[in-house]
Amino acid sequence: MSLSIRLTINGAPREIALEDARVTLLDLLRERLALPGTKKGCDRGQCGACTVIVNGKRVNSCLTLAATLDGAQVTTIEGLATGDRLHPVQEAFIEQDGFQCGYCTPGQIMSAVGLIAEGRAGDDPERIREGMSGNICRCAAYHGITLAVQEATRRMAEAEKGDAA
Amino acid sequence: MKPFDFVQPRTVDEALAAWEPGAAWLGGGTNLVDLMKTGAVQPAKLIDITRLPGLDTIETRADGATRIGALVSNADLADDPGFARSFPMVAEALLSGASGQLRNVATVAGNIMQSPRDAFYRELDPPSDPLSGGASLAVLGTGGRVAAVNPSDFAVPLVALDAVVEVRGPGGAREIALADLHLPPGDAPGNSTALRPGELILALRLPAAAAGFAAHSRYLKVRDRTSFAFATASAAASLRIEGGRIAEARLALGAVAPRPWRVVEAEALLAGRAIDAGLFAEVAEVALSGAVAVGGNGWKIELARRTAARALAMAAAGTPARMPALPASPFAPQAGDLIHA
Repeated sequence: MSLSIRLTINGAPREIALEDARVTLLDLLRERLALPGTKKGCDRGQCGACTVIVNGKRVNSCLTLAATLDGAQVTTIEGLATGDRLHPVQEAFIEQDGFQCGYCTPGQIMSAVGLIAEGRAGDDPERIREGMSGNICRCAAYHGITLAVQEATRRMAEAEKGDAA
Repeated sequence: MKPFDFVQPRTVDEALAAWEPGAAWLGGGTNLVDLMKTGAVQPAKLIDITRLPGLDTIETRADGATRIGALVSNADLADDPGFARSFPMVAEALLSGASGQLRNVATVAGNIMQSPRDAFYRELDPPSDPLSGGASLAVLGTGGRVAAVNPSDFAVPLVALDAVVEVRGPGGAREIALADLHLPPGDAPGNSTALRPGELILALRLPAAAAGFAAHSRYLKVRDRTSFAFATASAAASLRIEGGRIAEARLALGAVAPRPWRVVEAEALLAGRAIDAGLFAEVAEVALSGAVAVGGNGWKIELARRTAARALAMAAAGTPARMPALPASPFAPQAGDLIHA
């Protein structure tokens, strides 16, 4: 079987020939496209380490078959910064100590970017914890993660206000 | 994962024509792909239905019914302001299920088609002791068999509100009441739903009358951790209150039976009565009266009883003005005018 898909990954169009429909987006990114920032944790949708943004929404890339994604826009942790300027969520994770070992961090950050875009949580810590429950941190940096999402939410809202003015 | 053929039909007709024994419909895939990885499910062919047109909309029909396309995501339905206003306990149930990432992808049809899951459902070989996973074993509706509970939160308020499933298949189009979708265990080995081979769900529908409960509707879900966990017991409770009395009630329980468990006799007891905590306890007692413990899970019966009584009390207090920070959680506010901060 030969399937060909077109994806826009971190802004760059890619044409990808898939030999096998079993390939997940996670394996495609890591093994074929040299984008290992997205992590494989549980590989069954429970830990959130593989979170990426597909067509504007956060998803578990381990449960997404690449063959289903023809035409999709994908953003991974590698595509978040603008040159040397970190994304506000990345900055906030550093400032608020939102990680220890760092393995879950790309997934945490992509999930936070998705959560902030959903507008569900605002800066309410209880809503942030609920909204981030699809991402496990075995170092238990949850307090710092919550503070980081809160901080990034505020900063991004202020920046938006600034842009509108 | 076993190799499989992969097709991406562009119309419902093409999709139905592509079906053959051994094929599986692929919607969001959050359940199916997971089960395929472990080998618990091994389709020979995946028919990707996500490109089918017209199945991702929520519409109000001329008769006032709400029709939800099969491919609407769990998140999109819960976040639709009009839907959440009319069916708040359905939105609350959706938001209490899975995680943000999964809700963004999982479809509404896939949600109600989740298989009953016991502690071993991912595994290929049956367990040596089927009773060792008591938390996930049904206490109602088993016909004396050992059976796992239906894991869906969403289906619980839907069955309370008389939801209907619209399907199409080789034999044409038909409708199945959600209450009849999940078959009693043992009725048809290897098939846990009333869908016939090759049938595809196109939409779910809620009748116009279902919106009449919006002011007093709650879903309550008890689980092992605060978020991202299946229910150990849950209840969807809706009241239509007129002049301080209950004009009409709806009650369904989750995580206690192989299907979402509507309790019509409890609803009948509530009709015409004044709101009263003693009444809710009495009704909950009736709702669980036929329950039988299995695998040491007698605690589930008591938990379900208290969950049902509390969900009724929460519904009586009123639908919250804003979705609680922890949807369906026992830690969410109990009264309608409280907003969790």
